[in-house]
Amino acid sequence: MNFAKWSKRVNKKYRLIISVALLVGLIAICAAFFATADIDILQPQGTIANQQRDLLVIVTLLMLIVVIPVYILTFAIAWKYRASNTKAKYSPNLTGNRKAEAVWWGIPMVIIAILAIITWQTSHSLDPFKELSSEKQPIKIQVVALQWKWLFIYPEHDIATVNHVEFPEKTPINFVITSDAPMNSFWIPSLGGQVYAMAGMSTKLHLMADTAGTYKGSSANISGEGFSDMRFVARSSTSEGFEDWVQKTKQSNDKLSVDEYEKLLQKSRNNAVKYYSSVDNGLYDTIIMKYIAPAKTDQKAKVQDQNHTEGMSH
Amino acid sequence: MFGRLTFEALPHDPIVLGGAISMGVVGIIVIALLFYLKRWKWLYKEWLTSLDPKKIGVMYIIVAVLMLLRGAADAGMMRVQQALSSGEASGFLASDHFQQIFTAHGTIMIFFVAMGLMFGLINLVLPLQIGSRDVAFPFLNSVSFWLFVAGMMLVNTALVIGEFAAAGWLAYPPLSGIEYSPGVGVDYWIWALQIAGIGSLLSGINFLVTILKMRAPGMTLMRMPVFTWTVMGSMILVIFAFPILTATLAMLSIDRTLGMHFFTSDFGGNPMMYINLIWAWGHPEVYILILPAFGVFSEVVATFSRKPLFGYKSMVWAIAAITFLSYIVWLHHFFTMGAGGNVNAFFGIMTMIIAIPTGVKVFNWLFTMYQGRIRFTSPMIWFLGFVVTFTLGGMTGVLLAVPAIDFQVHNSLFLVAHFHNMVIGGVVFGYMAGITYWFPKIFGFKLHEQLGKYAAYCWMIGFLVAFVPLYILGFMGATRRLDHYEASTGWQGLFVVAGLGVAIIGLGIVLQITQFIVSIRQRKQNLDTTGDPWNGRTLEWSVPSPAPFYNFATLPAINSRDAFWKTKFYKKSHEKPAYTSFKLPKNSPFGLMIAGFAFAAGFGIVWHIWWLAALALVGAITCFIIRSLDEEPEYTVSASEIAKLDAGTRS
Repeated sequence: MNFAKWSKRVNKKYRLIISVALLVGLIAICAAFFATADIDILQPQGTIANQQRDLLVIVTLLMLIVVIPVYILTFAIAWKYRASNTKAKYSPNLTGNRKAEAVWWGIPMVIIAILAIITWQTSHSLDPFKELSSEKQPIKIQVVALQWKWLFIYPEHDIATVNHVEFPEKTPINFVITSDAPMNSFWIPSLGGQVYAMAGMSTKLHLMADTAGTYKGSSANISGEGFSDMRFVARSSTSEGFEDWVQKTKQSNDKLSVDEYEKLLQKSRNNAVKYYSSVDNGLYDTIIMKYIAPAKTDQKAKVQDQNHTEGMSH
Repeated sequence: MFGRLTFEALPHDPIVLGGAISMGVVGIIVIALLFYLKRWKWLYKEWLTSLDPKKIGVMYIIVAVLMLLRGAADAGMMRVQQALSSGEASGFLASDHFQQIFTAHGTIMIFFVAMGLMFGLINLVLPLQIGSRDVAFPFLNSVSFWLFVAGMMLVNTALVIGEFAAAGWLAYPPLSGIEYSPGVGVDYWIWALQIAGIGSLLSGINFLVTILKMRAPGMTLMRMPVFTWTVMGSMILVIFAFPILTATLAMLSIDRTLGMHFFTSDFGGNPMMYINLIWAWGHPEVYILILPAFGVFSEVVATFSRKPLFGYKSMVWAIAAITFLSYIVWLHHFFTMGAGGNVNAFFGIMTMIIAIPTGVKVFNWLFTMYQGRIRFTSPMIWFLGFVVTFTLGGMTGVLLAVPAIDFQVHNSLFLVAHFHNMVIGGVVFGYMAGITYWFPKIFGFKLHEQLGKYAAYCWMIGFLVAFVPLYILGFMGATRRLDHYEASTGWQGLFVVAGLGVAIIGLGIVLQITQFIVSIRQRKQNLDTTGDPWNGRTLEWSVPSPAPFYNFATLPAINSRDAFWKTKFYKKSHEKPAYTSFKLPKNSPFGLMIAGFAFAAGFGIVWHIWWLAALALVGAITCFIIRSLDEEPEYTVSASEIAKLDAGTRS
């Protein structure tokens, strides 16, 4: 209440100046922030993230058709029909108006109908399981979420890495994803949306980077104590750069055998990047098969085959 | 003898120890005060054993407000941790402690704050609003409340003995399974929710029957106040949704204690099934909470605009549509699981459709104000804050409903900002407005207006300052539940701003507590002598304040909507009302006792003290049997007594 007295005493003019100054200051800070910050999702670097950003903008604009009138009406009506304004019309028995109600049932329905069409189309065109079309041969990368690090296996190159994934630019990447740990979510925001990593299952994610660059990747789903450390570097390089990188990785002294994998499986936090010059054949499938019990050898091979052809669902 | 329970279970961490000690100190102060003021008998007779829904409602709200303080303290700790822990700095909380805190925050805020405030308000208002003296099953109501308290006690015991769950508020397996969470935390979580959840289910049945069977003569469904309609929608949801929760938690606990494989990754278990089931409950749960808040606003806006609610029928249909649709959208919580284009698109579109009836409700409220005479009391301030924040939340909700966009913002702080937008801007603002609005009916005096308004402004500004940065952080790729992050992300500044926002909300809570204290001290200046302090429209305002234990001396006859408003324009008849005798329930200690046994059983199961669990279960069943053998659970208020009592309130 002292505040009310005080503010009354302050000259109206000063109050105006102070509020304008505050507003300008706030806008300036926001502008400076947006000009300098890395806002991955609004500054996409990949085909998928690009389309997702555009979709985000379109849907937001469509909704503003309803939201802006709501904001204007709220304050206009509240101000005009304040009790102290006795000049305003008062209709104590006004209980409704069919036409008006038809308008605000109708317009949102039209907007949602448009959104529904967009949703139907984009749910299919941007389905993470759908392969991207490109003239270039896609690169296949198997992803395994562990406690608490990411293992990337390159079956075509017979190499593997921990907490670092490298791929050539402008080339479709076919990620197949599983987990040998609690559920995680595999996310590189600059390139596109996330997909869950689940034990005993294989999910898919298809991304493509527009240019060479380094992006951050993480797990988006809580998976235990060291979850915050499940960060990785996602780097897209030129095709020569990628070949060089593969060759360099090949020179690593570490090999990912089953024994070595068992060691990697132990809980660990804040893992450094690691490179393996070779990988045991079929390691990814073995990791999935661990959860499909009881697994006799002959059945195992059969299920493995199915797993290859079907993926996880659909 | 004591299962898994050893001295190791007592707290070691200084912060946890501090929390436990402060809880103990508060408890001792309360007990000492009760002895000092010689209020034990009064507490037992007037409150703990009471079957009067108004008293049960007050107790619900007291418990919920205490839990709000705990949940807000958790929120504050999370914000401080995230503001500090950039780069090399690791903040002041260890990872597992941080994870326990966000699990506790979510669990407590939803189950013991939001649910408590909701059932509290329903208890206070619903019987009065439909012209009834009681709920359909008064004893069951007491059991429900005390089970809610038992669940709350169990969840808080986890702080002192053992540990809290660290698997998130919905405890997704396999993380919540025995392999990855071998401690007692998840068991505490399961059994606290089982006990409180059964209480909620019983309440749902109770209030639905109350609405269907106990309305005053002449109050057809289409003459019911809109708050009653929203409660009906909400209770239908409770009845359909809570059994799913009970069954799902039961399976999770069988997995954990008996080594079965419903939701494990191996031996044919399927964690995806759990995630589907938990959201088949969890999504309706959101609407269970928000629908009554819509009802509160419908009453508040009409009263303070001095106009009937605009488009009553539209409102009812909108409520029905929301009730129905909220069952067929659960999959939107996990588009990222990879269900494929057709399934994701279906659930995305269903989710967007909910925006239509919700938008209709907003327009109807706005046009209730149109050509009205609006008084900007604090409930109206809450309403305006609600429209501003809730509309923003609706917009981000539709964004999340588009699967292709959801892949980019799911599990990020964008999502966290969105649901706080709905739960704070919708549920909390709604219930705060409701508490302020109906307070005089229960206590006989109004709350301090100015402090109430300042509190509302703090909540609103605090909300925006705390959660707009989280929306931006989500766009910057910040996932939820991080206890530390790299400095190169550039997130720290926004986390600091968000922390300031929580501090502003904290100031709002302090102002609300001050408001209660000041209002009680100055109650003589704010007495409600008429029973109708706001110029109300519905039946609860036709009885004196505080509402007498029998609610209505004579049951009102209804022949229109806004029944009480219409009677204001007729001449009052001077004939004496025709009093008749009626029955009211006697007090019963069995609700309290059953919940005590339920708590002991829960504690026993958590620690594998099987004899205690078995004994407590037998005790609870025995209580039910003894109570059911009571042939006279009611007493009669005779016509002459009620005539005398009624004359007393009117003189």
